[in-house]
Parts: sequence; C-alpha cells; structure tokens
Amino acid sequence: MDSLSFDLAATPLRDLNRFLHKEAVTQGIRHVTVLHPDGAHNIAVGLDAPVAVEIAGHAGYYAAGMLKHGEVTIQGNAGTGVAENMMSGKVHVKGFASVSAGASAHGGLLVVDGDTSLRCGISLKGGDIVVGGSVGSFSGFMAQAGRMVICGNAGDALGDSLYEAVIYVRGNIKSLGADARIEDMAESDYQAVGELLAAAGFSYDPHEFKRVASAKSLYHWNADANQEY
Amino acid sequence: MCGIVGLLVKTPALRARLGEMLVPMMVGMTERGPDSAGLAVFSAPLASGHKYSLYAGTASFDWEGLAQQLFVHLRVPAQCEGHGNHAVLVTELAPEAVRQWIKENFPALHVLSCGRAIDLYKDIGTPGEVAQRYDFASLQGSHAVGHTRMATESAVTPDRAHPFTAGEDFCLVHNGSLSNPYGLRRKLETEGIHFETDNDTEAACRFLEWRMREGDLLETAIQKGFEELDGFYTFLIGTENKLALVRDPFACKPAVVAETDDYVAIASEFRSLAHLPDVKNAHIYEPNPEEMYVWTA
Repeated sequence: MDSLSFDLAATPLRDLNRFLHKEAVTQGIRHVTVLHPDGAHNIAVGLDAPVAVEIAGHAGYYAAGMLKHGEVTIQGNAGTGVAENMMSGKVHVKGFASVSAGASAHGGLLVVDGDTSLRCGISLKGGDIVVGGSVGSFSGFMAQAGRMVICGNAGDALGDSLYEAVIYVRGNIKSLGADARIEDMAESDYQAVGELLAAAGFSYDPHEFKRVASAKSLYHWNADANQEY
Repeated sequence: MCGIVGLLVKTPALRARLGEMLVPMMVGMTERGPDSAGLAVFSAPLASGHKYSLYAGTASFDWEGLAQQLFVHLRVPAQCEGHGNHAVLVTELAPEAVRQWIKENFPALHVLSCGRAIDLYKDIGTPGEVAQRYDFASLQGSHAVGHTRMATESAVTPDRAHPFTAGEDFCLVHNGSLSNPYGLRRKLETEGIHFETDNDTEAACRFLEWRMREGDLLETAIQKGFEELDGFYTFLIGTENKLALVRDPFACKPAVVAETDDYVAIASEFRSLAHLPDVKNAHIYEPNPEEMYVWTA
C-alpha cells in the first residue's frame, strides 16, 4: 500500500497533517487523497517529504504552506495564502486562488489554472509562479527573487518596489507599480518562460510575453527624491 | 475578523427553507465570529402598516401588555408576538410615533429594525447558540443577511452586534474596520441623524441609508460609499427586494459567492457554503474589490 485517503468530513485536519509530517514517511506512503476538504484551512501545511497530496475539492487558507519536497494538487479553488512560504516542490490549483497566492515562496513552483486575487507573489523570495488566468492588483509587490508568469492580465501596481524577481505578462497590465518597468525580452527570458509554461502545462508562445523588472531606482535611499516616487 | 453570510433564494419554493439553509452557513463562520451573531430576514411585505423587531434583554417581558398599553395610549391597534426577549410588533402607526412612544414608555427596549419586510435578530453568544435561541432554522423569506462577530472596534453587547439597521427595510453587516467612522458620524449628525452606538459599522449603515433617503438608488449610494468610507470592509446590504455585496479597493476582507439557478449564497469563506444543495455545480467566484454586486429578490 503506497496510497491512502483522508476524509475530512470524518477525520480531524490535525490527524491528516500529523500523518503527512510523520507516518507518511515512515510508512512509505507516496500518495494521499483528501476528500471533503470543504474549504478547511491549513491542509497539508508543513509537508516536508516527497508525498503527492491530492485535495479533492476547494481548500481554505494557507493550503500547502511551507511546502518542501511534496506535490500538492487542489482540484478546486484555494483560499488566502496558498503555497505561502513554499520552499520547494509543486502546488497546482486547478480553480482560482484567493489573495496572496505564493506569498514569500522561497522555491518550488505554484501553478494556478484560473485567476488569482490581489497580491499574488507578494514578497516572492525565489519561488516560481505560473498563473493561467489574470492576477489582481499589487501582485509581485516587493518580490525579491523568483519568477512569475502571468498568462492573462495584471491589475494595478504590478511589481511595485520589485527587487530581483522578474514578472512575465502575456496580457494587459492595468498599471505598473513604483520602480517597475517593462524591459526587452532576451533569449534567456524566452527560454525561462518556455520552461515555466511547459512545467505548468500551458502551451502559449513565449514570444507573446513581456518582461517586467525593477528599474532599481529605489535601491538606494535618495533624500532629494522628497518621497516622490 | 467577523463572518458574513447572505442568501437570496430565486426559487419561491425555497423560501420556506431559507432559515434552514442559512443556519449551517452562520455556524460555519463561528471561528471568524464567536462572540455575537445576528440575522435579518426579508419576507413578503406587509400590505399595510409596519413591523418592528424588538429586543428586551430579559427573558420575561410582557409583550402582550406592551401592545395593550400602546392601544390605550394612542388608540391604534397593535399586535406584539413575543418569544422570550424578542418580539415583532405590528401596527399601522407611523414609525416616528412608534419609536417615540417606545422611547418614552419602554426606554430599555431596543428597536432592532423597522419596515414592511424585515425581521431582525441579534444577540451575544456563539452563532450556534444565537441561532438556537431565536430558532433561525424556522425563518422563511426571500433573502437574508447574517453576521458572526469578533469585536474589534466596540464592546461585545447585543446592540453592537450586526446587522445594523437604519430607516426602514435596510440593514448592513460588515467584516472589517473603518478608519473614518467618527468623521462620517459628525457629518451625519449635522443632518439630524441619531446614532445609537459607538460602533464603526453603524456609521456606514446610516450613511448609505441617508443617501437612499435623499433619493439615491442603492447602487448610487454604494458608489458614494466607495468615495466616503475609508478602511477595510466587506459589506453585505439588505433592502426589501435587494441584496448587495461590496469589498474595499484593497480586498482586505474576504467574500465568496456561490450562484445556482435556485439561489445566490455569499459567505466570508467557502467553508460556509460547502453544505449547500448542488453547490458542486454552482458558479463560485470571489467578488472583485470596489465593484458592486446586486441581486434582486
């Protein structure tokens, strides 16, 4: 037996998460299905093992937060902060994701087939995010490292106060945030977008994307700027 | 925190099950709002007169005596059907006269709502306790607005629980906190508008109702609200025949909508919608910030 299912309608969430943290490794379980998630918070938070978790429905807040090594698939929608602070592994949301998807992820890949709400990839620290739909305002805010690929449109203030993270957008950008600018795509950018789209299962042409990165004018404090950025 | 729930049934047959569908939605929001709960239900409007939801704060109140006394004083018939500390008073008297008479004769009574279609219940306790206390499951109607409260801006008392009401057949629930309620309040007080609590939500409620009394459509009033109200909010607003949902420009507070051919259900989180009939086939979405969502009953 290398797979198991947990029915959250009958089993407390803590039993599932405890199993994922401990017994899943010792018992060699490779695949766990979560039935009746019904919007419960914190599903598969802190998973730190090469286990595939399939959530058969909609997840609540912070699903797959702090993920390392594992692979979490959410068949429905995800609430606030999906894959927050992910370290490695992959999270795939087949529906839409609410605010702060992939916030401060250090590594790994977050794929959202639908749209995400505001603040997607806020403070991204090295993870990759691919969104099949559109992202809400303030996405990529203060993102420090990592890449975001947005196949649809972006809302207001995209990439505000960006550091070294790079955002690729296929659709329209309602507005760029402070210090974010559109740059020419280099061959390495086309390659990166192509690889990320392939990993996420989307077949768009990388040439349809534009690159948003930091103009780096906020990197050093300028007393003469008089707060006018 | 705080939880909001709303339900509007499109299929008339479901009106009998409004309360039954709504109670699990409210109970599902207990973690977001464990200290108080409230519910406004809109049903077919009275042919004439007004109804008032009254709150006594004590289990033994002589509601029939109140109706009799009102008749003795003002010579207008009134029916008062009480259950414990809550009653619905129905009379042909003008609302200003009723409010004035209650204030003079029963100053401890709280008028929770007034209108032709609205009944309102709110109290301290967990959503489950409050729902049971007032038998929410038995309530019927076309649409309802509910709230579970985790107080941040004012004390935990029944009158500071949501929904808030103003005028007639108008109520509002709020998840969030406003940063300019006192400014609004000072502005509205110069218009002769009286506040009953120090709660920030009451300012939003009275502002929107005031705009509508000044002639704005609900939609226009909400648009002015976007300009005047500052802070975090998801508001759910109920009128005699409408249910409206708005979120602040930063989407600081959550909301999820599930819509089928039979109903529109709104909650802070999906876990309050998971039990609804046929929710698997519902159109589920998150309302956009600073956009108006209005449904007609």
